[in-house]
Amino acid sequence: MSEIVKTITSLVMDAIAVFGIYIVFYGHLSPGGGFAGGLIISFLFILLFLAYGQKKAIKRLPYHFIRRINFVGLLGVFVLFILAVYSGVFELSLWKGQDFSLLSGGIIPPLNLAVWLKVGAGIFMVFVTLSVFRSTQDE
Amino acid sequence: MIELILFFKIIAAIIAIESKNLLSAIVSLGAVGFALAIIMVFLNAPDVAIVQVLVEVVLLVILVRATLHRDLTDLKGKREFFVKVFGIVAVGAFFLGIAWGLISLPVFGSFPETAVSVAVPSEWYLAHGLRQTGISNIVTAVLLDYRAYDTLGEVTVLFSAILGAVVILRKKR
Repeated sequence: MSEIVKTITSLVMDAIAVFGIYIVFYGHLSPGGGFAGGLIISFLFILLFLAYGQKKAIKRLPYHFIRRINFVGLLGVFVLFILAVYSGVFELSLWKGQDFSLLSGGIIPPLNLAVWLKVGAGIFMVFVTLSVFRSTQDE
Repeated sequence: MIELILFFKIIAAIIAIESKNLLSAIVSLGAVGFALAIIMVFLNAPDVAIVQVLVEVVLLVILVRATLHRDLTDLKGKREFFVKVFGIVAVGAFFLGIAWGLISLPVFGSFPETAVSVAVPSEWYLAHGLRQTGISNIVTAVLLDYRAYDTLGEVTVLFSAILGAVVILRKKR
């Protein structure tokens, strides 16, 4: 794309990344959570993809890496569920913490993180599949 | 205020259906989604509003990119007679069914004064949520703790949808 889009992207990129991470880590204290944070992070990579072209974006975040993150997110959700239901690890006082503080809430912050990985990698994977594979087929 | 935004939504939806240009139809569809996000803010649901805005942005970007690469963005020709009649009948039956169901609901925004109130679960979550889960965002507490199996199913559905998209659209050898 044009020089204007590239410059704006390079300026806004860090702010989007920080907001996407903030909304996940404070998902148990303020509005937000894993799903919204994952959408923001995937949108950051879609912006990179559209502004700098698919070669640079794929070089920064390889496709097999996205696929692995997608699987790790799903596996994380399942493992956290099994741990929480059958072992009760998250009922320990280590995870409970002080109310209204960042490190509190038992199972919810790690589950938010797993959902974040899953949704972010998944949405970006759909975008890459829709644009990259289709354009290579036409050539 | 909400009625005004709903009116705007209906007009934008009609433009999205009737427009002959695909790009303007997509922009009208985006207007519907963002108006829905504003309604969610007015209904004191910031979580839903955030997700609605983000989904709308991603959807607009994907749809505009898919449209811009096509040569033919203007729709030509008329709709068939049977399709028109079937659409009118189906939409009419749908609206009649919804109106029939909505008559028995309580007035919008008010809790009914019955023996077993519909507001019992939400009040219970508000009263006990912080002590039981230890987090202050009750929406996340309901999503990831009280209704956690729902989230598990949602994540699995998302995963299988992405798997299906990748399998169908992959590069052919």
